[in-house]
Amino acid sequence: MSDTITRKLMLYFPKCECEKPIVYHLVKDYDLVVNVFRAKVTPEEEGYLVLDVTGTEHNIEQAMAFVRTFNVTINLTGKGVTREDTRCTHCGFCVPYCPSNALRIDDTATREVVFDESKCIECLACIRVCPFGACASAF
Amino acid sequence: MKTYDQINDRIASGKAVVLTADEIMDYVDRKGAAAAAREVDVVTTATFGPMCSSGCMLNFGQPKPKIRITEAWIEDVLVYAGLAAADVYLGATQLRHGDPANMYHPGEFRYGGGHVIEDLVAGKSLQLFALSYATDCYPRRELRTYFTIDDLNQAIMVNPRNCYQNYNVAINKSDRTVYTYMGRLDPNGKNATYCSAGQLSPLLNDPCYETIGIGTKVWLAGAHGHVYAAGTQHAGACDRTAGGVPTGGAGTLALTADMKKMRPEFVRGVSLRGYGVSLALGVGIPIPVLNEQVLTRACIRDRDIPAPVIDYGIDYPQNTGKVLCHVTYEDLRSGRIEVQGKKVAVGSLSSYHTALEVANLLAGEIRRGDFTLARPHAKLPADTAMKPLVMREKPL
Repeated sequence: MSDTITRKLMLYFPKCECEKPIVYHLVKDYDLVVNVFRAKVTPEEEGYLVLDVTGTEHNIEQAMAFVRTFNVTINLTGKGVTREDTRCTHCGFCVPYCPSNALRIDDTATREVVFDESKCIECLACIRVCPFGACASAF
Repeated sequence: MKTYDQINDRIASGKAVVLTADEIMDYVDRKGAAAAAREVDVVTTATFGPMCSSGCMLNFGQPKPKIRITEAWIEDVLVYAGLAAADVYLGATQLRHGDPANMYHPGEFRYGGGHVIEDLVAGKSLQLFALSYATDCYPRRELRTYFTIDDLNQAIMVNPRNCYQNYNVAINKSDRTVYTYMGRLDPNGKNATYCSAGQLSPLLNDPCYETIGIGTKVWLAGAHGHVYAAGTQHAGACDRTAGGVPTGGAGTLALTADMKKMRPEFVRGVSLRGYGVSLALGVGIPIPVLNEQVLTRACIRDRDIPAPVIDYGIDYPQNTGKVLCHVTYEDLRSGRIEVQGKKVAVGSLSSYHTALEVANLLAGEIRRGDFTLARPHAKLPADTAMKPLVMREKPL
């Protein structure tokens, strides 16, 4: 079996595509392991989904081609939660509330707060606690 | 021994030796206190954090016809207008009109006085709405207009209480989540928060008020201002360590500076869920190395500064005065403290990172000769204590 890779994706489903079981086909037809971080259907019945997919590069490419046959937008950067660097004051208030250590202080001399997007599980705790409104959710 | 004049001469000639309070300890450890006191002219201290007792005096000038403002709102945030015709005072913690506050608990408190001040300094266009009862000399009864800070005659920050010398560590020993000005505190002491720059903080580097006094020139969010009084709740008479470091709040500073000269990144509106709004400010204060003792005190390290741990579930709101224990800023910076035998995760509301930036910016200005020192004309009182409010049922 060839090497597997993991990609973080953010999918946007317009109203017409919201009821289709697309993720099921990612697992069944393309042999992908999916790890869903966050999913939401808005009151306007649009859907957002942030997930990791793990599988061979070939299968992931094929799966994304399949997803694109629907009216679904794929955001490959997968950033459901972002931090605006110009708004962050690096107080570190968020750090103990972040359960996955995505927000942390690596350098104890400068005490800069780093945001490691790859570790973010999109729990949204930082958005609720940041006094400066530095963190935001795409949906 | 050095004098203010000698230090200012060296600053003016571009020869002053300036180190930050973050750098000075290692320097003194290497050189020895006596040699370092001869070499170093200034130690820069700084802090960046929410300072609720902040605000600004604004003068709008007069429209045609004129108005004697009796009530006014900037971006729907109420200002105090009990002053002369076109003067108002905007306070940092004033909430925008129509904000549901804690009606749906915990409220979000998205916008208030602190955010208006941030937007003003950032040069944004803001709405002024004002009312009046009208007089013969001020006939206008109402006005609505848009303005920026450049339109104002004066925008003077006037903060009754900044730069708390030391501060509480907040924890919650009750069985419900509490939302405080120190942030969200989970039940049963699950997390704790603190708010001080510790070894970089101005009044912790001058614990006995030997150089910082009334008249001291300060760097307030990039503008050159000064200490105009001891701050409200200043309580110099407090418990101190053998080295003179207060073991709790203690001293405060009342600061003022021209808002038109401030930098927006150091003037930031604050929203604290379930509590309210505030303003975070960057403040830098230079300490002149007048003698070896001043320098030695400025060499304070986080490990030598005790902070009191207070239960914001019960003791703080009920004003019992109880202190659970003391921890050091070194403990706090590690991200974990021990309270009553239990490890607790701890976070900071005060940004050491931004405070370092302020200390370095101020050091740079002094080295370039752009910031000279002012000798205070009065000392901060060392003998005042905090009084509680006496509740009386009858007049005296």
